[in-house]
Amino acid sequence: MFFANDTDKRIEAGRHGGTISRSKLADRLFALLGLLAMLSALLALSALLLQLTADGAGRISSQFLTSYPSRFPEQAGILTAWVGTILVMFVTALAAVPLGVGAAIYLEEYAPNNWMTDVIEINIANLAGVPSIVYGLMALGLLVYQFHLGQSILTAGLTLAMLILPMIIIATREAIRSVPPHMREAAYALGATKWQTVRDHVVPYSLGGILTGLILALSRAVGETAPLITIGALSFIAFLPHPPFQHEFPFLSWQWLLDPFTVLPIQMFNWISRPQEAFHVNAAAAGLVLIVMTLAMNALAIYIRARYRKRMHW
Amino acid sequence: MAADVRTIKAEKTQVLALAPTAMPKLKEKGVEAALFLTAATSVAITLGIVGVLVYESIGFFGQVSLGRFLTETQWTPLFADPHYGILPLVSGTLVTTCIALLVAVPVGSLTAIYLSEYAAARLRETVKPALELLSAVPTVVYGYFALLFVTPLLQRIWHDLPGFNMLSAGLVIGLMIVPYVSSVSEDAMRAVPRSLREGAYALGATRMQTAMRVVFPSALSGVAAAYVLGVSRAIGETMVVAIAAGMQPTLTWNPLEPAATMTAYIVQVSLGDLPHGSIGYQTIFAVGLSLLLLTLLFNIAGHVLRKRYRQAY
Repeated sequence: MFFANDTDKRIEAGRHGGTISRSKLADRLFALLGLLAMLSALLALSALLLQLTADGAGRISSQFLTSYPSRFPEQAGILTAWVGTILVMFVTALAAVPLGVGAAIYLEEYAPNNWMTDVIEINIANLAGVPSIVYGLMALGLLVYQFHLGQSILTAGLTLAMLILPMIIIATREAIRSVPPHMREAAYALGATKWQTVRDHVVPYSLGGILTGLILALSRAVGETAPLITIGALSFIAFLPHPPFQHEFPFLSWQWLLDPFTVLPIQMFNWISRPQEAFHVNAAAAGLVLIVMTLAMNALAIYIRARYRKRMHW
Repeated sequence: MAADVRTIKAEKTQVLALAPTAMPKLKEKGVEAALFLTAATSVAITLGIVGVLVYESIGFFGQVSLGRFLTETQWTPLFADPHYGILPLVSGTLVTTCIALLVAVPVGSLTAIYLSEYAAARLRETVKPALELLSAVPTVVYGYFALLFVTPLLQRIWHDLPGFNMLSAGLVIGLMIVPYVSSVSEDAMRAVPRSLREGAYALGATRMQTAMRVVFPSALSGVAAAYVLGVSRAIGETMVVAIAAGMQPTLTWNPLEPAATMTAYIVQVSLGDLPHGSIGYQTIFAVGLSLLLLTLLFNIAGHVLRKRYRQAY
């Protein structure tokens, strides 16, 4: 009797212990699975970076950075591509930054609560989801053929500016929203007007977030290829645009705005599409330069974000 | 008495001098108007997009009926015997998108669950920026990766896999949208209140049981929004498919074959030199309009779902 009871108890305990240990095992396995999923994504990212470095790092030299594209892979370089990328980015930043920051300030600080504001807000949310190639089609129909801007640096810069505008607006709004309302009220209490409050208080306090958003958006624009192919960007450009500076008055020249161009991602795409192995090496090297550019911009953004976060104490 | 009146008058004029005059008021109005115009630019961009796509598509549908566009099974607008059925492009888009989802949904969701329910705060803060780098890599670099790394790797398994195929393009797009899926789903899961989790723990549930039976179902609409936004990204992705999937429009559901997507077709035409105003030129706008409508559908669904989980608690 005594024995039987004990055995029953032990069996009972064993059964429960089994359930618990089984659940615990499942829990551990599940955690492992999640960790593996996360690591697999990061592993793929490192495979990509390693492959690109292994293929292209040997090709990067001063000759590669200062040569024009060529039919001969070993003579070809990315001079026109990186010059083009910088000039296009200049136009993009000049157009997108004031428009994006202005729109964000309006929506956060000024916009009345009415249907017009709703339309603008819904519109921005939708624009952010439009595929990039559609912006290219719009630029082709409107900028190239209606406004006759040609397949130029100006067209490319404006196309990318429209593409990153929603990104800039969304990031800037988030930064502005993080400024506590009592900062604004203190400024108003001292008699500041709305614009004075925005200019001297709200924007300076949110500058870290705004800059982070701007840099991230521009780093997206640096890597964009599809919309620029759509507007008909030539990929074999064996000459540089007109220089922006000149010796005579007025010293600045804007002729380069209407010059044809190529940019790094398009040059890379052009080299990938060729069958010869040697061009693929060039493509990897161009990709490496491109990825170093975008990753450096991302690192800068993360640094600025961390720095400002440390400095701000409300 | 008289002296008092005088001081009051003097004070009044001083106050008047300090009071805002018409000029700053005008400036305030001007600034506000200028800021409004910058905000209105985004609406102008939308109108521009819709206007151009609709205008050129009207030209296209004037020559090709909508019925033929939607039902014909061949897409050969540039051949001597042109056919304008968009189905081959849609099938290519759907196949690559589905493969991408088969990668991004499990990897993204498991990553999100791990980060939100298991990982320590420090690990999370290190891993999240690293995952975001996945979306910072330029798409043309992903194309290179798909064509020259993933495809050769897959060819070791399927020896007769063609150099261009939808499988490797889809896999790489999946990798690309993992951060979108994981970050939006993680946000949704972290928005689930602590009390729900603690209730589950109090009943003796393990972390896995809590995650799968309490947190995940509660965050479902947010997680669904993450998937839908991922779909919309995958549909609109261009360079990876243009580089790695080949550009021949073929009506096939076999991921091991090459095929063109809607986006790849637009790239292919843009690389050539089609005269402005020809029907070949107009086809890319008709395809672009279809693409826009398709992604818009998914984006709206995503926004509706996201709104729902934000309101839930």
